[in-house]
Order: sequence, then structure tokens, then C-alpha cells
Amino acid sequence: MFKVEAIVREDKFEDVKSALNEIQVHGITVSQVMGCGKQKGYPDHVRGTVVDINMLPKIKFEIVVSSEEWAERTVEAISKTAYTGNHGDGKIFVYELLDTVRIRTGQHGPAAIY
Amino acid sequence: MNSGDVAFMLIAAAMVLFMTPGLAFFYGGLERRKNVLNTMMSSLFIMGLASAMWVVAGYSLSFGGNNGGFIGSLKWFCLNGITFEAGPYSATIPHLAFVAFQMMFAIITPALITGSVAGRMNFKALLIFIALWSLVVYYPLAHMVWGEGGLLGSVIGAVDFAGGNVVHISSGVSGLVLSIMLGKRLGFSKVTYRTHNIPFVILGASILWFGWFGFNAGSALAANGLAVHAFVTTNTSAAFGMLSWMLIDMIKEKKPTVVGAATGAVLGLIAITPGAGFVPIWAAILIGAAVSPISYFCISVIKKRFGYDDALDAFGCHGIGGIWGGIATGIFTDRTINGAARWNGLVFGDYRLFLAQLLSIAITIVIAVAGTFLCASLIRLFIPLRVSAEAEKAGLDLSQHGESAYPAFNGLD
Repeated sequence: MFKVEAIVREDKFEDVKSALNEIQVHGITVSQVMGCGKQKGYPDHVRGTVVDINMLPKIKFEIVVSSEEWAERTVEAISKTAYTGNHGDGKIFVYELLDTVRIRTGQHGPAAIY
Repeated sequence: MNSGDVAFMLIAAAMVLFMTPGLAFFYGGLERRKNVLNTMMSSLFIMGLASAMWVVAGYSLSFGGNNGGFIGSLKWFCLNGITFEAGPYSATIPHLAFVAFQMMFAIITPALITGSVAGRMNFKALLIFIALWSLVVYYPLAHMVWGEGGLLGSVIGAVDFAGGNVVHISSGVSGLVLSIMLGKRLGFSKVTYRTHNIPFVILGASILWFGWFGFNAGSALAANGLAVHAFVTTNTSAAFGMLSWMLIDMIKEKKPTVVGAATGAVLGLIAITPGAGFVPIWAAILIGAAVSPISYFCISVIKKRFGYDDALDAFGCHGIGGIWGGIATGIFTDRTINGAARWNGLVFGDYRLFLAQLLSIAITIVIAVAGTFLCASLIRLFIPLRVSAEAEKAGLDLSQHGESAYPAFNGLD
């Protein structure tokens, strides 16, 4: 079992959601996060005064899949959809999972993912 | 000159102005979070633009003189020649007070259109559109309905107490046309757009209801019995509009919704606008009670059938509500309430006013459609009407204004 964690641009939210749906990946969790990378912020103006902002809003997808093959498919779908070529496109992390439990039935392991 | 009338009119004018920011909250709350500032700004900036245009040329073109029944003249350019003396439109208040009162109508009317195009219109294009539309549609319509020698008011004999034609039908229909020209929002049939701030919707509807007393009662242009009558019909229609929608909600969804109650109240206010000073109070009950099911049908069935994206239902509410109100005025007008009506309504035994109402509604629709199409087509030659897909996805607050409404809150609505 693998967990794919993807941090993408806010305006790519709908596109990534559709792309995941298209490859039949249905179990996702989404949260709105703030973060930064190498950009380290951009100058902004409030009523004419320059203000330095380091945290940028992004969307985080957390997806659990049953095999490495599925993880690769998911990573590829997200990469393609969330790409713009500019700084701030985001990153994807893949974790290996110890266990998954479906609360309603008490199932453990890959059976709990479908 | 009557100081009671003057005081009342100034207060009424201020109340009508307050309706525009009220509308901003009403629309803003209905729209998605990422577009709330743009939606509100679309009403807000008109307080500036329409006021400026009104003082320079708008009042004169709407109410100054007469050219063929369609438009006034520039005799009062920059309000030159307008004094504190009682003017041609009212005997007991200074001419300038009438100017100020009417100005507030010229502000809120174009703001109503913006509800149809929420979420996808290029703000610069919207700004220019509002300016052109005021010249091409609003000033002529105001003249035709209320101006001296106006085609719809003076010639045909249609009545419109506070602006069912001039304000609601014109803006609702124009909104529909513009929303069709712009096209649907991205993901229209797939994405559910959640009303992001229902408390704002309540706030907005409440401010609109409050301000509407200035809108309707103030249209009596005096602190007299007619104003009181309009006040009561206005509130009654709003009340029954709200109850009616709540009833529909209970029947269809088993639960009354806040958005529905607020919408129903606003619909009642819209529908009574043309007849507030012409119909009996019992008629206001019927007008308010009927407008909600009519509008509900239009929004839930007709809109879905034809597939146009009238985002915040400017046509569904103002257009349809205004049309019903205009027709109802032709049905229920009682000359003993207001002798300014040439004939009685259908229930009082005369069909002529009813026909005049139908004709004036039809002409209003034609002008709104043609004028909107013309203005938007002209603008489109120079700048795009619609924002780019990326800008739409990022949200108009960011792409059009570089601002964020609630930077510290998290949320995906």
C-alpha cells in the first residue's frame, strides 16, 4: 500500500480532481495548505506599501493506493495535469504504508482501500 | 415647498443608495469564495461611475426635455440650470432633490446585471459595458417610462411606480443576454458551486428590504398617503414572497432554506415595485405570493432546460419578477389609490391598462436585448469580455483585483 501526497497550485484543484477520477482513483483527501519552496515569497502591495509574503496557498492531495503500479499511475496523472512550467508547480511525495483500516467494516490491508 | 417632503425624499434617496452595497452583500454571499470581492466590486464601483455619469449627462438625458419620446436632451448638462426651486416632476420638493433620488436608481439598476455574469467577466470590459449600457438602455428607458413625453409612460399610458420596467426587467433581461454572450462558467454542469457565505446573503437581503422602503415609498415624491400606501404594499409583498418560497422549499425539500427565504423576500419586493403605489394592499398579498413559484419554476426548470448560465439568477429574479409585477400592475391597479394611472386594472373592469403594460414590457425587453447586444459586441471588438481560463480557475479576486477576501481562512468553497 502506498500513499501519494501531492502539493499543487490552487487553480489546478479541479483539473487534478478530474484527472484522478479519469484513471479510476476515487479515494482522495484534499486540504488547503500554505507553504513555500525556493521562491521564498514575492513582493506584494497593500495600499502602496511593499509587504513581503513567504507562504503561498496551495492544495494538498492525499491519495492511498493498493500497489506500486497504481502509485506510479497516480503520480503520472498528477504530474501531467498540475504542470505549468513556472516555479510553484509543487511536489509529489510517495510513502509506503503500514496499514489501512476501513472503519465501517473493520477490514485491514489492501481490501480496505477499494 | 414642503419641508416634510424634502426631508423624506433625502432620507429615501440615502436608503436607495444603501441598497447597492446591500446588493453587493447579497450577490457576494451567493457566489464562490474565490470570486466574492469581484462580485461585490461589480456593484460597488457603480456607486462611483453611475453617480458621475448622472450628474454630467445622465439626469439630463433621462428627464431633460423630450426627443421623439425616446430620450431627453443635454439641456441640463452638468446639472446646469437646476435649482432648489420645485421642479417639473414634483411640486413640493426642490428639483435637485428629485435629481438625487433618481440618481440612486441609476446606480442600482446596472448593478443588478452583474449577478448574471459573476465569476467570468473581465472587469475592465464590465466597467465600459456599464457606462455604455447606462447611455444606451437605462437613460432612454427612464425617459420613456418617467420622463416628460416618454413613449411608454406619457404616450402609451403604461404605469411603473418605482421601476419594474426601468430597473428590474431591463437589468434582468440584459443580464440574461450578457450571460449568454459570455458563455457558461468552466465546469458549469459538473461542478457544484456552493453559496459561500449565507450570512452575507441574509445581510444583503435585509439591507435591500430596508432600502426598498425608500425605493418604493420614496417614489411618491412626497411624505403623503400614497407613500404610506406604497410602504405597506411593499412590506406585504415581501412578506408573502418570503412565506411563499419557504412553502415551496418545505414541499420540495422538506426543509425551509435561508437562501430561499431571503430570495423569496427579495422577489416579493421586485414584483411590487411597478405597482406599489397603484394596487390595493390585498393585491400585494397575491403579487408577493405568486412571484415565488413563478420565479422558482423559471430558475429550476426553464434555466435547466435552456442551459444558460445566469449565475446569480438576475434574470430569474429581476427579469421574471419584474415582468410578473408589470403584468400584475395591469391587473390590479385602482385609480382611486393613484389618479396618475389613466385606466383601472383588469379586476376593476378595464383592459386598456393591461394592454399598455404588456406593450411596455415587450418594448422594454426589446430595448434591453438590443442595447446589451450592441454594447457588448462593440466592447468585444477591442477587449475580451471574458477572462482567460487560468484567471477563472484562480478566481477573479486574484486575477482582476489582486486581492484576497479572507486570507487567513481555509476553505474550498
